[in-house]
Amino acid sequence: MRLELVKRPQRSMLFSALSPFIAFVLTAAAGAIMFALLGYNPVKALGTYISPLTEVWQLHELAIKAAPLILIAVGLSVCYRANIWNIGAEGQFIIGGVVGSIVPVLYPTYESWLLLPLMMVMGMIGGAAYASIPALLKVRFNTNEILTSLMLVYIAENVLDWLVRGPWRDPNGYNFPQTAQFNDYAILPAIASSSGRAHIGFIFALVAAVLMWFLMKRMLKGFEVRVMGASPRAGRFAGFSHGKMVFFAFMVSGALTGLAGISEVSGTINQLQPVISPGYGFTAIIVAFLGRLNPLGIVAAGLVLALTYLGGEAVQTALGLSDKVARVFQGMLLFFVLGCDTLIHYRIRLIGAKAEPAAAQPAARLEEAH
Amino acid sequence: MEILVAILLTVATAATPLLIAAIGELVVERSGVLNLGVEGMIIMGAVSGFIAGYVTGSPWLGLLAAIVVGALFSLLFGFMVLTLATNQVATGLSLTLLGLGLSGMIGAKFVGVPGPKLSNLYIPGLTDLPVVGRLVFGQDPVVYLSIALTFGVGWFLFRTRTGLTLRAIGDSHGSAHALGISVVGYRYLAVMFGGACSGLAGGYLSLVYTPQWTENMSAGRGWIALALVVFASWRPWRVLGGAYIFGAVWIGQLHAQAFGIPVPGQVLAAAPYAATILVLVLISRNKRLTMMNTPASLGQPFVPDR
Amino acid sequence: MVDDTRSIPHADLLEVRGLTKVFGQLKACDRIDLTIAKGEIHALLGENGAGKSTLVKMLFGSLEPAAGEIRWKGKPVRIASPGEARRLGIGMVFQHFSLFEALTAAENIALSLDRDTPIGDIAQRARQVSAAYGLPLDPGALVGDLSVGERQRIEIIRCLLQEPELIILDEPTSVLTPQEADKLFETLERLRGEGKSILYISHRLEEVKRMCDRATVLRHGKVVGHCDPRGETAASLARMMVGTEVLQVVRQAPEGGATREPVLEIRGLTRRPAGPFSVPLRGISLTVRAGEVIGVAGVAGNGQGEFFEAVSGEALQDDAGMVRIRGKDVGRTGISARRLLGAAFVPEERLGHGAVPTMTLSDNLLLSRYRTDAKAFLAAAGVVRSGVVAAASKRVVEAMDVRKSAENPEAAALSGGNLQKFIIGRELDRQPALMIVNQPTWGVDAGAAARIRQALIDLARAGSAVLVISQDLDELFEISDAIAVMHDGTMSPPLPRAEATYEKVGLLMGGAEPGHFEHAHAGAA
Repeated sequence: MRLELVKRPQRSMLFSALSPFIAFVLTAAAGAIMFALLGYNPVKALGTYISPLTEVWQLHELAIKAAPLILIAVGLSVCYRANIWNIGAEGQFIIGGVVGSIVPVLYPTYESWLLLPLMMVMGMIGGAAYASIPALLKVRFNTNEILTSLMLVYIAENVLDWLVRGPWRDPNGYNFPQTAQFNDYAILPAIASSSGRAHIGFIFALVAAVLMWFLMKRMLKGFEVRVMGASPRAGRFAGFSHGKMVFFAFMVSGALTGLAGISEVSGTINQLQPVISPGYGFTAIIVAFLGRLNPLGIVAAGLVLALTYLGGEAVQTALGLSDKVARVFQGMLLFFVLGCDTLIHYRIRLIGAKAEPAAAQPAARLEEAH
Repeated sequence: MEILVAILLTVATAATPLLIAAIGELVVERSGVLNLGVEGMIIMGAVSGFIAGYVTGSPWLGLLAAIVVGALFSLLFGFMVLTLATNQVATGLSLTLLGLGLSGMIGAKFVGVPGPKLSNLYIPGLTDLPVVGRLVFGQDPVVYLSIALTFGVGWFLFRTRTGLTLRAIGDSHGSAHALGISVVGYRYLAVMFGGACSGLAGGYLSLVYTPQWTENMSAGRGWIALALVVFASWRPWRVLGGAYIFGAVWIGQLHAQAFGIPVPGQVLAAAPYAATILVLVLISRNKRLTMMNTPASLGQPFVPDR
Repeated sequence: MVDDTRSIPHADLLEVRGLTKVFGQLKACDRIDLTIAKGEIHALLGENGAGKSTLVKMLFGSLEPAAGEIRWKGKPVRIASPGEARRLGIGMVFQHFSLFEALTAAENIALSLDRDTPIGDIAQRARQVSAAYGLPLDPGALVGDLSVGERQRIEIIRCLLQEPELIILDEPTSVLTPQEADKLFETLERLRGEGKSILYISHRLEEVKRMCDRATVLRHGKVVGHCDPRGETAASLARMMVGTEVLQVVRQAPEGGATREPVLEIRGLTRRPAGPFSVPLRGISLTVRAGEVIGVAGVAGNGQGEFFEAVSGEALQDDAGMVRIRGKDVGRTGISARRLLGAAFVPEERLGHGAVPTMTLSDNLLLSRYRTDAKAFLAAAGVVRSGVVAAASKRVVEAMDVRKSAENPEAAALSGGNLQKFIIGRELDRQPALMIVNQPTWGVDAGAAARIRQALIDLARAGSAVLVISQDLDELFEISDAIAVMHDGTMSPPLPRAEATYEKVGLLMGGAEPGHFEHAHAGAA
């Protein structure tokens, strides 16, 4: 018995649309099996996992978690569409948070309505600048961007650690490794403060997704990104520059990620700490793929992945499981999404141990094969 | 002098997991497959090796379990990229993310528990020799194994017919398929060898290097191993050299912190990662040479026509 | 056309009955019958896409037949893999070589021999075969550094070392100079003399007439006839292959001669090798004037691709004066600026260079024209007017008679000929002052090829300058007003059509110095 791929003459529109949902169902099934193996009632555990959806304040938390995921993933989708592998968003997120915090940390008494826009812009510049390092190394020295962008994550983590334990530590903070709390002018306003904590970072995410969707779908720049990703040689024939595209993709992605970083610091944490991200930069990679690298799909995918965080916390509290359950769900989801994407371009055929003539063999879809 | 010997001994233990993981990945990449899941396979090897060692009390059984789990975990990647022809970069990344999560969940109850440790070699007379005795004859057995593995892989790739076939597949899977070579079959074996090596590297971390389990204890070593393969231009003996250089950087920053050198600890902690970037820049600068050395079908999906 | 299958006195080596292969909706091979006798050279004729390659891949075990029977020496066999084909005694020389560039010639040979052959012995055996058949070869050379002809010799020696009884050659002369092809025919005739059978795939009718004992003709996946090619004319064979009369390309001599305006001037074009195995360009000079078609002949891999990249501006030159378009130095400006001066380009590779395989036709129209037609195709702030682009795409499809299955399909869904018509039409639609085409009809069926060639001639006669790079000498002789030859990164001065002969051009392709024809000819005779 073996599987064989048969190329479709045209990409399947049906599976283009269905694939994320199939992946979602398969993940839930695999999760149920996992819970059963761990000795929990799978139905109850899955129920606990999605329980955050039933309460309003939890929906606010969902928006808080989804905002950075969407912002980062929208940027990453530009990179991945261009076949440029920025996997260092976690580092760009941190540096965006750090650079955006320069003014409120160094001038804690500066109170002005200009402060927030300034912080946001500085966060974007910080993220873009940090993302331009792997871009520069790739264009100038032909260095693999996967490895350099990832290495820069570890360096960014150490930069933040040094700042909050060293020069930026709150002098009145009982030696805790953190900066002073930001003043009110440095904190992003809430969307509806009566019902929960969600801040306008979520609005940023939605606006970014719509703008990016328009850019990718309707504008020449988006066309350029898609051409460079699908076929760099055809892109060069068209007169597009690969080097400029590398910078464009990294810097757009870095700016959006930096915005996510400073929004998180300003809106959710209100100060800098040694750790400001529960792995948003990596989870956003999954969001990007689950959203089919389409900015609007990414909004939906960001909400789903935000739920895995909240669900992870819920099963941790209710069942005493490790909060790493969230990471396991996220990893499985990405695996299933990638696997289901194969169905868009191929039909999957199950071949018996004794190979029959191909024409006599009816094609079996993956679902049937399972 | 004692201190220097002690430092040099630890350099070998820091280099060994990098060496083993990188040698495994080298074989995978020579077959034309890019597996970015090294970090995930290492951490899975670390957690399963530790648990098996803890339960059985035998570090050897622990290492064996690490190897088996590493190979099985890589099979997941292999099925995706070889049978379903998924994107290798994305699939490798997801293997890493899944490994980091799964290991944290499985190992939650074992954090901080003291486990068994593999003891160092002791040959009466030889190991007692001053200075060289402990360096040459007093390491743990896996250090010797890793060096033997390096030479074994070098011999396999460049002196055997099967190794030639593997390199040919990495150069052009289309030509190999036309000649009737089972591209996918060879690649499955290569991927599993890589997984076994990464698993062993992880088991070494949790059973020898710091004989205990902590979350994320691989600390980016999988990524450094990937960089080492590029640095070594896909040649085993250069991986050996590179791994020991990185082992030295890793140990150097730890000792510099201990000696109270007036530099923030974070700068030192970031040093191995910065060094990796630097090394990659230096080695990749010559574009033509890099193209020449890189297996030509690396990372390209392959679907045989029937 | 005579069905003389039964009248052949030899014992049949290979017998194929009803062999069928289906890809999706397409029957690539539909109940093929074929018999090959011992000691004959059997031609397999057919257009691009007629099913020749699919058929031989099934015979060599690389593809699995859907139905039908293969008999080898009278016994039914199932050839499940190339290894099994080799064990039976079937050898294959591929059209797209199955070689490994990063390995040596000896290692390449070793990979197709039985496992127990020690690597050390192979070089020795390769040398023996190479000497015996007059096929010079250095077993230690890296394949990536070798010319196309040398690579083919490796394929042939590799095949001969397996001591096959049936040798399949897929379009072997398409990569050779006429003189190299003659050498190959000598080798094949020797093999026939030794009692070996040869299945010879070609669409070159003259060589089939000259050398083959029998022919089987395929069209649209079906056998349309068996015949003795020596009893046929090239025209009758072509009719069998194509099914209808092929449009004859009409070419009148251009008027005005050297007084016409030079549109493309290349002066001392030099380029360092870009990749590990690419060819450096050395001091190329060439002028293409309005109203003429200049052909560039040459064996594949002599720098044509590098030349195209340099002239198109995909690769920039060291000195701006190396390439001039309509009197402007463009050596330091990119492809878009050169297009704005009126130049249009069609590269050799359709999928992945001239077009993005996964994008629609209208997107692929935008690909090469977003700058030249920016006023029409783009609104403010770089928003694409997709309706206008789609209309232009439709115009091209109609003008060039592009056959497609959907309204706006992905480029990869079109057949090679139809996609090429679209890509050429996309540029013609602009009425370019200069058109540079690399391999205009490679892998294109005869009808589409004739249409493309006529379109290029008509463009020139309407006052544009046309430069055609091709490995197909017949094509160049059909459409060019003068033919230059590339060899090892250099280019000969163009030979006017009246002076050019196959022999002269062939010698230049092999590297002879221009002006030494008489000498070289005497040496060859």
